[in-house]
Amino acid sequence: MRMPEPDAGVIARRAEIVAAMRAIVPGEGVIADADEMKAYDCDGLMAYKGLPLIVVLPETTRQVSRILKYCAERQVKIVPRGAGTGLSGGALPMADAITLGLGKFNRILEIDFDNRCVITQPGVTNLAITKAVEHAGFYYAPDPSSQIACSIGGNVAENSGGVHSLKYGLTANNVLGLEMVLMDGEVARIGGKHLDSGGYDLLGVLTGSEGLLGVITEVTVRILQKPETARALLIGFAANESAGNCVAAIIGAGIIPGGMEMMDKPAIHATEAFVHAGYPLDVQALLIVELDGPEAEVDYLIERVESIAGQTGATYVRISQSDAERQVFWSGRKNAFPAVGRISPDYLCMDGTIPRNRLADVLKKIGALSEHYGLRVANVFHAGDGNLHPLILFDANKPEELAAAEKFGADILRYCVQVGGVLTGEHGVGVEKRDLMGEMFTEDDMKQQQRLKCAFDPGQLMNPGKVYPTLHRCAELGRMYVHHGKLPFPDIPRF
Amino acid sequence: MTETLKPTNAAQVLEAVKWAAAEGTPLDVVGRGSKRGFGRAAAPSVGLDLSGLAGIGRYEPSELFMTAHAATPMAEIEAALRQNNQQMAFEPADLGPLFGGDEDEGTIGGAIACNLAGPRRIKVGAARDHFLGFSAVSGRGEVFKSGGTVVKNVTGFDLSKLLAGSFGTLAVMTEITFKVLPAPEKTRTVLVFGLADAAAAMTMAKALGSAHEVSSAAHLPPAAAGRSKVSYVGGAGRAVTAIRVEGPGPSVEHRCRALKALLKGKGDIEELHSENSRTLWREIRDAALLGLAADGAGGRQVWRLSLPPTAGPGAAETLARELTGEAYYDWGGGLVWLAVAARPDAGHQIVRAAIAAAGGHATLVRADADVRARVPVFEPLAARLGELTARVKGAFDPKGVLNPGRMYEGV
Repeated sequence: MRMPEPDAGVIARRAEIVAAMRAIVPGEGVIADADEMKAYDCDGLMAYKGLPLIVVLPETTRQVSRILKYCAERQVKIVPRGAGTGLSGGALPMADAITLGLGKFNRILEIDFDNRCVITQPGVTNLAITKAVEHAGFYYAPDPSSQIACSIGGNVAENSGGVHSLKYGLTANNVLGLEMVLMDGEVARIGGKHLDSGGYDLLGVLTGSEGLLGVITEVTVRILQKPETARALLIGFAANESAGNCVAAIIGAGIIPGGMEMMDKPAIHATEAFVHAGYPLDVQALLIVELDGPEAEVDYLIERVESIAGQTGATYVRISQSDAERQVFWSGRKNAFPAVGRISPDYLCMDGTIPRNRLADVLKKIGALSEHYGLRVANVFHAGDGNLHPLILFDANKPEELAAAEKFGADILRYCVQVGGVLTGEHGVGVEKRDLMGEMFTEDDMKQQQRLKCAFDPGQLMNPGKVYPTLHRCAELGRMYVHHGKLPFPDIPRF
Repeated sequence: MTETLKPTNAAQVLEAVKWAAAEGTPLDVVGRGSKRGFGRAAAPSVGLDLSGLAGIGRYEPSELFMTAHAATPMAEIEAALRQNNQQMAFEPADLGPLFGGDEDEGTIGGAIACNLAGPRRIKVGAARDHFLGFSAVSGRGEVFKSGGTVVKNVTGFDLSKLLAGSFGTLAVMTEITFKVLPAPEKTRTVLVFGLADAAAAMTMAKALGSAHEVSSAAHLPPAAAGRSKVSYVGGAGRAVTAIRVEGPGPSVEHRCRALKALLKGKGDIEELHSENSRTLWREIRDAALLGLAADGAGGRQVWRLSLPPTAGPGAAETLARELTGEAYYDWGGGLVWLAVAARPDAGHQIVRAAIAAAGGHATLVRADADVRARVPVFEPLAARLGELTARVKGAFDPKGVLNPGRMYEGV
């Protein structure tokens, strides 16, 4: 993984920068000691590590504004960081950049039940929002598996999903407003308690921008009333094809489940050994289908899904009879990552999305690649929206295995794109998939995206080296080559 | 308009925009022109008529998406979806009649470019939330694409969000991919009669805050209700608050009963079944309950306000009084359709002051061209956002050749 060459001039000015930061953020908010900075040397993608220039932990929007203004004036780079749970290396530090942690922005500012929204600081965890409103029957819908730890600001930066996004949408569909600080230190507010934008939808494009456009300092999210009830089915199949057909048939019947997850045989065995959820061990593929909503609806749809399962060749069907049992069904899936962590020293988690009808085909390809590279793989899968999480097992102590695992992962993602899918469904590009962007986008596609970055950050100081494989100067991106006086197109009908 | 170019494929669109960029000649980008009157009046002299770029490309019902050329008529798309029991869940409004045109004249490109949404906005989102990807020509005269055909996709900046609601000022879309969803099996609408606006807002908040999965909530003061073709509503002779539930049959019946029990004591209660519901929500969606069709030339001006739901009634009542007009509410009170007596300044300062107090944004949807040339049509931007907006425009269309001035002066 090549990162931009660190700027020796900035590193030489480190002491001066530390002093300037201490003048803005008093107390322990500036971390310059190498040992203490170790806690910030990577995010959830632990294969890549490095120490930042320094870590700064501001507490107010005004401090963030002053920090960015200083950095813009002196050409110091910034790496924004939420809770550090990201899985694509979006918060990977750089030796010549300040890691700007938003962890101290940890207060919920307002709960407005009548307008069904919550205004919060970005460092508040995803789950804490639900905890703050659940006494009134409400919750915040997007539920990434790291929700106990990940911050809402990070969710906005990554446009996080979760197992319920098929029915309830991603972060982008659940955010109403933002306050952000631009690279020059200016503070901008977009959206609020109302819907949609009067001008360009900057809120929409900020969401999922992976810390490249602005530092988010406040978020307004919408909250929903908790569904009356939820029940789940465990459905086992003797072949991946049948499981794929069942998923397609459920959607084809007009049913959008609250969640629809799939695990392949290695994932079933690893999770069963870890949590003893009672999963059948003699099936090739297991679906968890959760229906939520009013009781009358859930009971009605459970029956329909059960019948579809039968028609598509299910060899095993179990329906949860209590909420406790439903949670047991989920316990394996929700612990899939640690479960796989027990059977392998290390693993890489991939995140492609594919058209649902290519599921069996893609799993076959992954199987073939697994043999080719001699590495085991376990597949968990948000089947409802085609979001695949192959977990590639390897041992980082064998240097050739990390390289092989990375190649294996890249091959999977290339194949996802080849069958009409995309590189990342919810983890983001970060550094991990940066060099694969060309599989999906042309040079012109990427340049147009980078021009948008230039509109926000003309000096390219915010999180450089992430998402886009080639850094172009904004002046170069803005240049236009025009040829005047050429034929006014003889082929186009004119009136 | 002195001249109109009518490309029939994406390559010709590219050629036309390249020429315009080289010559610095602004283009007036139009689909089928049904919403021609929407936006600031700043029509450039050369038209780019995209109506030749029509037709559905890929439609895969089980994959829940459709790809269509930008100027594919909505009517064609809706007919194809109906055959598979599917729909565009964001329920795009048909605004043609509001601008004096016929029904069903809009295109998918226009629906996306205006970020249309209907009464289901509060539950499923607007066009922006269903717009998965596109292919387009930037104002630089370059082809680019973004997004894909799958719903879960965070690969690169989400340029779809930016193009939705950009009124053709950033790029000329040639192909559009959007999400489609199953149509509900059944629909019921609970009607509560005789509520004042403020009480209606609280009633809608109660329904929307319940576990009964309300998909839409609107309030029609007596005049608006009186114009409905649904007899229960049109003949009520008083205000009507409408709460919609959709989904599988048994669930809808159960939720309808539960809502009636929940709202008991607020006022007299009635319920509409699927066909009447369809008619009523279409009227609400299309701003058809303001009686605008009866206005002659120089008719009333129309504002559309998006506010925090509980702030809707207060703002609307003040504006209706000060500007001699009337209003009705969708989105649980968060969307206000306001028709006011025509005046040269469209009362814009009064409207903007109300927005400043409540939060949100207002758009002057209908007014004569000379008014829309003088008065800011879209919500004026705070200094910093205005600058950013101009820079975003510059990133896509540095020569300002695509619909310049349609949203903001100089953008």
